[in-house]
Amino acid sequence: MKNITLSAVIATGFALVGTAALAEGQPPAEIKPLVIDGINIVAEAQAPSHMDIPAIYSGWEFRAEETQVLQLDDFDNPGMLEVDAAREAFNTVDGAAGKSCASCHEGGPEEFKGLAAVLPRWNPDQNALYTMEDYINYCRTARMQAEAWPWGKTQLNGMVGLLNLQSRGEIRNVAIDGPVADLWQQGHDIYYVKQGQLGMSCSSCHEENYGVRIRAEILSQGQTTGFPVYRLKNAHLNSVENRFKGCMKNMRAEPYKPGGPEFHALELYVASRGNGLGIEGPSVRN
Amino acid sequence: MKNSILLTACASVAMMATAALGEVAPGDVVFDDNGGVPVSLTGVPGDPANGQKTMINRKKGNCFACHVVSAMSDVPFHGLVGPSLDGVASRYDEAFIRGILVNAKHTFDGTIMPAMYVPATLPRTMKKFQGTTILSAQEVEDVLSYLETLKE
Ligand code: HEC
Ligand code: HEC
Ligand code: HEC
Repeated sequence: MKNITLSAVIATGFALVGTAALAEGQPPAEIKPLVIDGINIVAEAQAPSHMDIPAIYSGWEFRAEETQVLQLDDFDNPGMLEVDAAREAFNTVDGAAGKSCASCHEGGPEEFKGLAAVLPRWNPDQNALYTMEDYINYCRTARMQAEAWPWGKTQLNGMVGLLNLQSRGEIRNVAIDGPVADLWQQGHDIYYVKQGQLGMSCSSCHEENYGVRIRAEILSQGQTTGFPVYRLKNAHLNSVENRFKGCMKNMRAEPYKPGGPEFHALELYVASRGNGLGIEGPSVRN
Repeated sequence: MKNSILLTACASVAMMATAALGEVAPGDVVFDDNGGVPVSLTGVPGDPANGQKTMINRKKGNCFACHVVSAMSDVPFHGLVGPSLDGVASRYDEAFIRGILVNAKHTFDGTIMPAMYVPATLPRTMKKFQGTTILSAQEVEDVLSYLETLKE
């Protein structure tokens, strides 16, 4: 009896030797001010109280200098081409109702200042969690009688870029309680579950290892305040949920559908991890 | 007769979670109290050169995403997520390293390092990887034989 207890203790002792403390992320090597065309963007802030890490950072802070500079001036930002196309689309009649966005939103895209900072949010009229894409496609289908723009494609990403740009510098502040409380919890659970063949969670990389080099790239916190993101890798704007899809594939996990309910819940949760950071509008990453 | 045909079929699909003849199947690996695996998974000596290839291959070990190995500095971009593997064979005995390679999540609770010889059953595992292991038993032995050369 005693023997059994003793060997159990030894086994536990050995097990402890091999038990690594969970890694912790590291702040960016150098924190630089993010100022785009004279607008100051908060790129470092105290983490919201629902998080276990001390501070949150824009993904911009973790990028190499040559990538960073591309975002400091809209003339250098290659994502602006798709935004310019969206500006034209805003004024172009489309659909059976014979209307353009501008027919109703007479103030132009500027009407939407501040909106990106609070999305996704509960839309009480539709009884659903709404992202910017959802608002745009609702107007297109229900109000213009035009076809919905496909998720993740240039027309929709460009329009999201144009509307998010109106909130540049505004502080992200998505609600996580009330009607979205359960969805937020669902997103939280997707973020932390170990999944896919590699047995990783989003937190394995973006919470436990931010600031650390994984092969050639420095991991960021996976923030979404810079979306849509122009990626040098694929040379177009990318939506938040398409980025999630890419990360899940890298984990050898079956991605959820971009635009579907699980990724919406995850988008809300990840957005809430950025409460306190400034909205960048279309950003540039590698 | 039927059985032997079945076994041959399994052996030809090296990555399936079914072991070839004479191999320890992924689910059957026995860990000692240290978290080590003292017995070879195949009984066939490891091939260090193939071990290096397996480590570099992003679809296999992908070890350089996370580890530095100075002796292989010709491989571009070594990540820093895990400790350097320089001198690892002086730090740990062979059984302990085999244990890490089979299932690092057994050795280091909650680690980001993937379990290399455990059938994939976690939620949302892509269909084509379901039930498979990242490395075959022989690839584990090959990688191990290369790591054994990393002495301080
Ligand atoms: C037929 C009129 C009409 C057209 C055309 C139209 N919208 Fe709307 N839109 C509305 C109304 C009405 C609302 C709800 C009230 C409001 O918030 O302005 C709305 C709401 C929105 C919202 C959410 C605003 C908020 O603060 O909740 C966005 C974003 C939006 N529209 C974008 C667009 C875009 C982009 C287009 C063109 C693709 C477009 N709309 C076309 C009438 C229209
Ligand atoms: C194996 C590590 C790894 C895992 C696990 C992972 N990601 Fe990523 N993710 C990356 C890398 C590498 C990048 C590109 C560099 C960076 O920004 O971190 C990235 C980028 C991102 C970005 C873009 C950040 C920006 O500023 O443009 C978001 C958002 C993101 N990930 C979300 C997620 C979510 C959500 C999950 C879980 C479903 C996840 N990631 C899982 C490695 C990972
Ligand atoms: C996604 C990142 C990742 C990958 C891929 C990875 N490892 Fe690891 N590895 C780690 C981490 C992190 C640790 C440290 C354990 C901990 O604290 O979580 C580790 C620990 C180890 C150790 C123990 C080192 C020591 O000195 O304590 C060995 C040996 C090892 N890994 C070998 C490998 C080999 C060989 C491969 C490829 C077949 C590999 N690893 C792939 C992340 C990784």
